[in-house]
Amino acid sequence: MILFWVAVLGSSLLLYVLLDGFDLGVGILFAFTHDERYRNRMLAAISPVWDGNETWLVLAGTVLFGAFPKVYAAALSALYLPVLVGVGALILRGVAFEFRESATSSRGLWNAAFSGGSVVAAFIQGAAVGGLVQGLPLVDGQYVGGTFGWLSPFSVFCGISLCLGYALLGASWLVVKCEGEVRARAYRALPWLIVAVVICLTVIFLLSLANHLPIMHRWEQEKVLWLFPAIGVVALGGLLVGIGRRFDSLPIVTSMIIVTAMFAVFLISFWPYMIPFQITIQEAASPPESLRFMFWGAGLFAFPLTLAYTAVSYRAFSGKILDSGGYP
Amino acid sequence: MNFTALFLSRLQFAFTISFHIIFPSFSIGIAAWLAVLEGRYLWTRQSVYRRLFEFWIKIFGIAFGMGVVSGVVMAFQFGTNWSRLAASAGPIQGPLLAYESFTAFALEASFFGILIFGRARVSPSLYFFSTLMVALGTTFSAFWIMVNNSWMQSPVGYALRDGLYVPVDWSAIIFSPVVWVRFPHTLLAAYLTGAVSVAATGAWYRLRGHFAEEAAVMLRMGLVLGAILLPAQILFGHLNGDYVHEKQPAKFAAIEARWEDEQPAAEVIIALPDQEHERNRFELKVPVLGSLVATGTPNSKEIGLKSFPRSDRPPVGVPFFAFRVMTGCGLVMLAVSWLGSFLIFRHRLTSRLFLRLIFLSFPLPFIATLTGWFTAEVGRQPWTIYGVLRTADAVTPHLAADAALSSLAFFTVLYATIFGFGALFIYRRLRAGPTPPGSIQTANPMRPLALGGAVTESTVEPAR
Repeated sequence: MILFWVAVLGSSLLLYVLLDGFDLGVGILFAFTHDERYRNRMLAAISPVWDGNETWLVLAGTVLFGAFPKVYAAALSALYLPVLVGVGALILRGVAFEFRESATSSRGLWNAAFSGGSVVAAFIQGAAVGGLVQGLPLVDGQYVGGTFGWLSPFSVFCGISLCLGYALLGASWLVVKCEGEVRARAYRALPWLIVAVVICLTVIFLLSLANHLPIMHRWEQEKVLWLFPAIGVVALGGLLVGIGRRFDSLPIVTSMIIVTAMFAVFLISFWPYMIPFQITIQEAASPPESLRFMFWGAGLFAFPLTLAYTAVSYRAFSGKILDSGGYP
Repeated sequence: MNFTALFLSRLQFAFTISFHIIFPSFSIGIAAWLAVLEGRYLWTRQSVYRRLFEFWIKIFGIAFGMGVVSGVVMAFQFGTNWSRLAASAGPIQGPLLAYESFTAFALEASFFGILIFGRARVSPSLYFFSTLMVALGTTFSAFWIMVNNSWMQSPVGYALRDGLYVPVDWSAIIFSPVVWVRFPHTLLAAYLTGAVSVAATGAWYRLRGHFAEEAAVMLRMGLVLGAILLPAQILFGHLNGDYVHEKQPAKFAAIEARWEDEQPAAEVIIALPDQEHERNRFELKVPVLGSLVATGTPNSKEIGLKSFPRSDRPPVGVPFFAFRVMTGCGLVMLAVSWLGSFLIFRHRLTSRLFLRLIFLSFPLPFIATLTGWFTAEVGRQPWTIYGVLRTADAVTPHLAADAALSSLAFFTVLYATIFGFGALFIYRRLRAGPTPPGSIQTANPMRPLALGGAVTESTVEPAR
C-alpha cells in the first residue's frame, strides 16, 4: 500500500515536471522574444493545456499530505518562502496568461508577469529540490534551519539548471507545435540549451559526488540501475538526430525521456529516503487506515480517471497550431 | 515588528481562505443555477432560459477559475505555516483534502469541458447530465472541505498513536452529526449566494431598462428561490447553534457575550464586549430570551465565559459581532425575498426603490458567508482541533516572523491585483448582459479563466 502511494506521488510529480516543465519553459523563452506575433503563437501552443498541467502539482501536494504527512510538514515548512513565492508566481503567471488577452494598455505588464512568473517558478522549484538534497536540519521531524537554510550556491545552481531544463522542454514543444519562424527559432535555441543542460548536469553530478558519497553505494552494487542514465544518453543522441534532420516530433519525445531518466536517477539515488538521509518512505507514511481509505476511492478510480482525462485533452489539441494562432 | 509568526500565520490563513471562499461559494450556487436553467430549457423550450444559460456560464467560468487558482495556496499552506498540525493530523486531514482535489478536478473539470465544447457534439440529455455533474462536483468539493473542517470543530473517530491522529473510524468522521448540519448550512449559503446574485442582476437590468425578458426570469427565479431557501437556512443556522451549544460551550458564550453563568439567561442583543475587564459596555439585554434561544426552555442555566480559564476562552468581539452581522444579513435577505416574491405574484414589482434595494442586496450573501466563517473559526480559538490541539501548538515551530510577514505582504498585493481585475471582468460581463445564442464560444475546460478573457474581448466592446 505504501509503495502504491509512492508510485502515485512519483508519477504525479513526474507528470508535473514533464508537462508544466514545457509550458514554464515556453514562458522562459517568451522573455527572449519581442515580436508580439511570435509571442501569440508561443502562447497558443500551450494555452489549451497549461492549467491542466498545473493541477498535477496540486494533486501531488494533497497526495503528499494524505500519504506522507511528515514529509509534507517538514519539507514545506523548511522551504517556507520558496514554496509560497513559487505558488504565488504560478498564480501570477496563470492569470497574466489570461488577463493579457483582455488588457489593452496593460499588456506589457502582463507579458512581464507571465515570463517573470515562469522564470521565478522554475528557478524556485529547482532551488527547493537542491535545498532538499543537500540536507534540511530537522529536530523531531520539525525544521530548525532558519528562513534561508535552503539557500546555498548549490541550490541556486540547481534553480538555474531547472530553468534551462524547462527551457529545453519548452523549445522542443515549440518545434512540434509551431511552424515558420517560431519553429526555426526554437531549432536554433535547442543546441545551446542542450550544451547548457549537459554542463549543468555534469556540475551537479560532481558536486553531489563531493557532498554525498552515501548515494554512490547503490550505483556500485546494482549495476543494472545504470540502465537509466544509459537511456538518458541514448535519448540525447536521438535529440541531436532530431535537431539535425529537422524531425519535428523527435525533440519533445527525447527530451521528455531525458528528463524522466534524470528523475529516475534522482529517485534511485535517494531511495528509500523522502527527505534525504533523515525520513524514509516507511517512516513518513500515514497509518494503514489512511492509506486504505484513500486507495478505494482516490487511488482506484479518481487517479486513473484523471490520467485518462489528461490523455483525452492532449489528443483533442494535437497537431500544429495555425498561423492565426488557432487549432486545426 | 512585534507580531509573532503565530499571529501572522493566522492572519495569512484567514486572509487567503476568506479570499478563496468567496469564489467557490459563488460558483457552487451558479453551478446549481445553470443546472436549473438547462432543465427549464429542456422542459419548456423557451429560448430565454438558453440565453441565460449561455450568459451565466461565462460568469461561472471566471469565478470557477479564480476559485481554482486561489485554492492552490490552500493545498500547501497547511505544510508551510501549520507543520505541526499537518504532521500530526495529516493522516485524517490529508486524505480528505486528497479526495477533495481528485473529485474536484476529475468531476468538475471533465464535465465542464462538455459544457463549454459539447453543446453541438453531445445529445441534449447528456449535456443536461453534464450540467448536473458539474453542480455535483462543486458540491462534493464543498462536502470534503466541510468534513475536514467539522472534524477540526468536533474531532471524532480518531485515536492518538505516537503523536499521530490516526483515523480509526472513517464513517464516524464522515457521518458525524456536526458535518450534517454544517455541510447543508454551507451549501444553502452557496445557493443563496447564487439566488441573490441572480435576482440582483435581474433588478439591475430592469432598472436600466435592458433585457426585459431575462430580467423578469432572473427576478422571479432568484427571489422565489431565496424566499424558499432562507427559512431552511435559518433552520440549519439554528441547528448549528445547537451543536455549538452542546460541543463548544465557550464559543457559544462568546457569541452571546455572556460572562457570568445565568439562570434564566438573558440575551445580549448588542453590546461592546470588553475582554480585558470581563464585562460588556453599552449593553442592551432581553431577560429570559437567552435561555429560550439556547434550549427552547425559559429557565435553562447557561454557562458564562468566566467559567472557563482565560487561556481557554476565544476572543469575544469577532464571534459576537460577526454572528450578528451574519444574522442581520440573513434577515434582510429574508425580508427582501419574501416581499419581492409577494409582489411578483401580484404582478406589482415595479417600485424603483425596491428594485434598487434588491440590486444593493447583492453583497449580503457574501458578507453573511464570510462572517459565518469568522464566527465558526475565531470562535473555535484557542484551539485548532477543538479541545485537542491548541493553535499555538499547531503552528510551524521555528517559523520566523519576518518570513511570515513577507509572505503575508506578498499575498496581499498579489490577491488585491488579481481580485481587482477578476471583479472588473465579471462586472464588465454582467454589464454587457446576455447575447442571443448561436455562436458558441470555444474555450478550454482546463482554463476556465480564458472564457472571461475571450468574452470581454469579443462581446463586451461592441455592446458598449
